[in-house]
Amino acid sequence: MTQTCLTFRDLTLGYNSHPAIHHLDGTIRRGSLTAVVGANGSGKSTLMKGIVGVLKPMAGTVVRAPGVRAAYLPQQSELDRSFPARVVDLVSLGLWPRRGLLGRHTREDRAAVSQALMAVGLGGFETRPIDTLSGGQLQRTLFARVLLQDADLILLDEPFNAVDTKTVGDLIALIKRWHGEERTIMVVVHDLELVRQNFPETLLLARQPIAWGETKETLRPENLLRARHFHEAWEENAPWCEPDSHEHGDHAHDHGHDHHHGSGPRAA
Amino acid sequence: MMETLYGFFIAPFADFAFMQRALFGSLMLSLGACPVGVFLMLRRMSLSGDAMAHAILPGAAAGFLFYGLEILPMTIGGLIAGIIVALGAGAVSRFTIQREDASMAAFYLISLAIGVLMVSIRGSSVDLMHVLFGTVLALNNEALTLIGGIVLVTLVSLAIFWRALVAECLDPLFLRSVSRLGSPVHFIFLGLVVLNLVGGFQALGTLLSVGLMILPAAAARFWTMRVEPMCVLAVLIGFASCVAGLLLSYHASLPSGPAIILSAGVVYFASILFGTRGILRARIVHHRHRTA
Repeated sequence: MTQTCLTFRDLTLGYNSHPAIHHLDGTIRRGSLTAVVGANGSGKSTLMKGIVGVLKPMAGTVVRAPGVRAAYLPQQSELDRSFPARVVDLVSLGLWPRRGLLGRHTREDRAAVSQALMAVGLGGFETRPIDTLSGGQLQRTLFARVLLQDADLILLDEPFNAVDTKTVGDLIALIKRWHGEERTIMVVVHDLELVRQNFPETLLLARQPIAWGETKETLRPENLLRARHFHEAWEENAPWCEPDSHEHGDHAHDHGHDHHHGSGPRAA
Repeated sequence: MMETLYGFFIAPFADFAFMQRALFGSLMLSLGACPVGVFLMLRRMSLSGDAMAHAILPGAAAGFLFYGLEILPMTIGGLIAGIIVALGAGAVSRFTIQREDASMAAFYLISLAIGVLMVSIRGSSVDLMHVLFGTVLALNNEALTLIGGIVLVTLVSLAIFWRALVAECLDPLFLRSVSRLGSPVHFIFLGLVVLNLVGGFQALGTLLSVGLMILPAAAARFWTMRVEPMCVLAVLIGFASCVAGLLLSYHASLPSGPAIILSAGVVYFASILFGTRGILRARIVHHRHRTA
């Protein structure tokens, strides 16, 4: 069995020929829990979209290890809250990987839906219409759906936005449970304190990886300072990126070094 | 007393074959069109349905131009025109930055203009009226078979793609993350819309066939919070509107298409007022509340 879950090869993702992720190389180890941090516009959400496949790469590839199923909780959901659905209908969408288009939802499936809701502290919310949920409750409902998807790779994009402290605690506990089950998890987070306390590994992004590896190393002041100097705006007339002109070899090397160092002891 | 009731409600259908056909045809139409209308409404595409109904015109007109007032050529023509417009507008919105409302408007206006042009080349205004408003009272076997086929295809497709259709309405990004069905389902759905509009235009005309789709669905929205009951209710409202409309048309000598759609309109207004999620309930019941 391979130890890699995701491999980025010279990955460039972006919009209108402007890169948001520029020549990313590296790997995500199976069973790792990685925080993705960086300023606004540093490419965090874009990377998530690239991994899940809703955004096609402009260059390079993301390779998923064979058989790896991904669950994705986007930052900006396209969820239509006025749609006449109950909490249980929304969470049941998470059965899709197991039951697909036509598979019958069994009694066990319904029990699993209820259990997932219990796990996020929403037991008894099954028949509530989704337009009566608060923001935090909705977020927990979506977590329940991710739970139900039973995926090997879980991508959460700013899952703690507009969520109260207690709920953040609950959700972190859930993430740690997934981590204990050897699932691979990547979470976009803004709260660095939260990252330091709960995430063993961190990827610090500023269109390119500034640092990537053990959280304590990655979030050192000099790295954060470098990330802060990142220039967010696109330059309309930026020169075209030629195959040899970018520094990607440099970065790949850097990162490979850091990463193996950082993850070596933990893998045991 | 019983005889008056019989005379009013039953006799028109019992005594006249054309009324039986009209009833049979319009009830079948409701069975397919109303659930499609529910999804059209939930996807906020109610007006797209209207646009699509206009877009069918040039196809129907082409059939009319070459074959005269024949059902089959006009239907096939309408189907082709509708599918071209639906796919074209759908593709523009899926693959460019333009939203579906704008691309749909552009496509249907072009299509409508072509249609009016074609009808005016050959026909008198009476013919145009016929294409636009239909005649539910003149449904022949051919038309009934066609409607039956369309209803069958619609119900089978809805049953197969139900889960994907709900997911595509409720959370399209999620569907894209777990399956590649998102785009195909959207186009299949647009296809069903066109199919049902074409089925309806024999009976109700191109302009009003969309009414049997949208009005029952819009009325049902005021009564329930879930999709499945909403579809069933929409079909029942469609049935009631067809019966009421045909009776009204028979007794008051009114054109049948508008009578059916207006009956659905009455149910719609009643639902706005008295529905469990309607105006009156919201005003009255909310004076009381529970402790938690």
